[in-house]
Amino acid sequence: MTDIMTPTLGESVSEATVARWTKKPGDAVKRDEVLVELETDKVSLEVSAPEDGVLASIDAEEGATVTAGQRLAVMSAGGAKAAAPAASPAPAKSAPPKATPAAAPAAGLAKPASDVLPPSVRRIVEESGLDPKAMSGHGKDGRITKGDALAALAARTATPAPAAAPAAPREVHAREERVPMTRLRQTIARRLKEAQANAAMLTTFNEVDMSAVMALRNRYKDAFEKRFGVRLGFMSFFVKACVHALREVPAVNAEIDGSDLIYKNHYDIGVAVGTERGLVVPVVRDCDALSLAGVEAAIAEMGKRARDGKLALEDLQGGTFTISNGGVYGSLMSTPILNAPQSGVLGMHKIADRPVVVDGQIVVRPMMYLALSYDHRVVDGQGAVTFLVKVKEVIEDPQRLLLEV
Amino acid sequence: MADYDVVIIGGGPGGYNAAIRAGQLGLKAACVEMRGTLGGTCLNVGCIPSKALLHASELYEMARKDFASLGIIAEAKLDLPAMMTQKGQSVDTLTKGIEFLFRKNKVDWIKGAGRLAGPGVVEVEGEGGVTTLKTKAVVLATGSEPSPLPGVEVDQGRIVDSTGALSLPEVPKRLVVIGAGVIGLELGSVWRRLGAEVTVVEFLDRITPSLDAETAKTLQRALTKQGMTFELGVKVTGAKVKKAGVTLSVEPAAGGEARTLEADYVLLAIGRRPVTRGLGLETVGVKTDARGFIETDHFATSAPGVYAIGDVTHGPMLAHKAEDEAVACIETLAGHAGHVNYGVIPNVIYTYPEVATVGATEEELKAQGIAYKSGKFPFTANSRAKVNHEAEGFVKVLADAATDRILGVHMIGPSVSEMIGEYCVAMEFGAASEDVARTCHPHPTRSEALRQAAMGVEGWTMQA
Repeated sequence: MTDIMTPTLGESVSEATVARWTKKPGDAVKRDEVLVELETDKVSLEVSAPEDGVLASIDAEEGATVTAGQRLAVMSAGGAKAAAPAASPAPAKSAPPKATPAAAPAAGLAKPASDVLPPSVRRIVEESGLDPKAMSGHGKDGRITKGDALAALAARTATPAPAAAPAAPREVHAREERVPMTRLRQTIARRLKEAQANAAMLTTFNEVDMSAVMALRNRYKDAFEKRFGVRLGFMSFFVKACVHALREVPAVNAEIDGSDLIYKNHYDIGVAVGTERGLVVPVVRDCDALSLAGVEAAIAEMGKRARDGKLALEDLQGGTFTISNGGVYGSLMSTPILNAPQSGVLGMHKIADRPVVVDGQIVVRPMMYLALSYDHRVVDGQGAVTFLVKVKEVIEDPQRLLLEV
Repeated sequence: MADYDVVIIGGGPGGYNAAIRAGQLGLKAACVEMRGTLGGTCLNVGCIPSKALLHASELYEMARKDFASLGIIAEAKLDLPAMMTQKGQSVDTLTKGIEFLFRKNKVDWIKGAGRLAGPGVVEVEGEGGVTTLKTKAVVLATGSEPSPLPGVEVDQGRIVDSTGALSLPEVPKRLVVIGAGVIGLELGSVWRRLGAEVTVVEFLDRITPSLDAETAKTLQRALTKQGMTFELGVKVTGAKVKKAGVTLSVEPAAGGEARTLEADYVLLAIGRRPVTRGLGLETVGVKTDARGFIETDHFATSAPGVYAIGDVTHGPMLAHKAEDEAVACIETLAGHAGHVNYGVIPNVIYTYPEVATVGATEEELKAQGIAYKSGKFPFTANSRAKVNHEAEGFVKVLADAATDRILGVHMIGPSVSEMIGEYCVAMEFGAASEDVARTCHPHPTRSEALRQAAMGVEGWTMQA
């Protein structure tokens, strides 16, 4: 018998809804065949059979809410169709295991076996609602011990609890309306508070003259679109400018893990996209290796999938830095909140014609305020300011991108 | 000149397990052993024959003293030669078993005394002369031997060491054991059960010095109740062998008036020392410390290609420690990740009641300033022990005050040697006392005491 479990649902998603069973109990299934479709607020995902067999029973009916690690169904191996494989791997007559010396250490050691929890941890998890997957295991082969669970519990207690929930829901008056928060809204709320609670977050500002980029864009936008089939926007310039600046100030591209810092030598930049259901942040991978057209194409594709609700879980995970453009809604200035565990987020804003002084003359220029919110535990003030200056330099003089200066 | 991947000198638990593991991993291996049989001290003149006598003598005493209380009327008589014969037969079967395992894993047993003769060369002096082996690596697993005591010469007649005490020709009227360690208490128990009046003389003011103090005290009380006499804080200064006995000169360790002790036989069991004589360590530059132990860093000695495991190097002198080192050493040689967890090496004393411990003692935790909690459960409150009339002793679990991780377990009682493995597994996985406390144990068994003691760490022992 094999238990079919709800997979890990993503960095911030703990629950999913069972959308559709593609198999009924008693059906024979082949390995990797889809059994069930799950939906979360952000993505939909499929759970496949881990081996050939027969779907024995279903624990979570369609419409049920399930959490990561919860059992969805039970499969029995073998069955009519799967009877054949049982015969083939009969253990060869116990020949002495002739391992070649210097063979690599047995595989499998590296992966922590955290799906089975010791009884003390099971109790703590049940009583506290902590997610065991978020705990770091210090037992044999990375298993979670009671000490690890107690540490996670202590860490949570140490962070100021978000104002204790009112004991009873408050009365709704005549001209009010009570609406339950969607799961996405709740997730956003919780994650934003977590970021504020954990990071030493503050914001630094600068402003950038958009004339050069706008001129460049006006001059080449038709040729660009004809050649690449995507529109040349400002976003690609900012993504490339950020890669340039992240290289200069690697701390902004790092994250804290316990008492260590993890520096990332890849530039996977999340671009916040507003959708009907809320804000999602799909990640554009390896931005350093993409051309401007590549970045524009990736953003366009992600945006379309976000609006169509077609984003896969992987699309939202593993970003190293985030860009949030409040300018599209007309924001003049804002302080974005970090996308944990990242250490930096760039806020772009509305381009407005403002009088500025250039070479002693007051002139009108299309200006944008830039904000960098950063985790002061990782990034020094000097680094943060330098980062914004680098972004500003590239945007005001895009030829720098060509020369990488 | 035969070519090997690894030559192991010594065929005890360290050596023979190293040889078997080497064979399993496809290394061409030879094991050099000069005794006529494999298995080393442990199998031939140590753990195994002593357990044969401990088992037989325990049944004998039970038949004589305890059967009546269980409603059995029987007359038990001792046939010492037969008891010795069955012991020998068991040992014989087991040593032959190792020979079989050698053949099965294609390990060559080179009979004779091995010694290093330069880098990558081992000379074996056997019956047919000297054989020279060429090898990529050498593992020294020569073990240990009883430590001598000046003034008390072991002649294996009236003054014996552990080897002689396993084959006394008669039950002594009076046996004096010098040294209240594991060997002295076990073999002293054997002969006391068979009828000897046993006095244990110990230089220190306590028995089994490395043992948790509370456990040691309980053991001493139990053995005293059985009729064993302890002379603690007493130094033996000399021995005079007479025709039918020995006169020992003793004096208080702290200084004071000398006196004499009379005995038919004397067992000298004050400890063991590493065997490195004639091993040719100097030919390759293997360093030893002041007490003669070979110094190692993850089994590697100071000489390239030469490794050492077991009693001949540092750490507790235990067969299972040597066995663990054997596996880890050979796996390392074969390019794997060999590792020994020295924090989880159990220790057993096979007296009645038995003692089994693993991890830190209370004294060690206090000395290291580690805050701990303790849970204790007596076997008097354990149903199975009670109905078996074996309710002496307790289980004590020590756990970290903050994380509840199990740091040490000390048990004295019936069959605890067979139960300590549970806590070894738990500790190997970094378990908390609560993990054991919340694990179902069968009822009625003595093992429930292990669970109840674990519950006690967090104050919810239910059955006492």
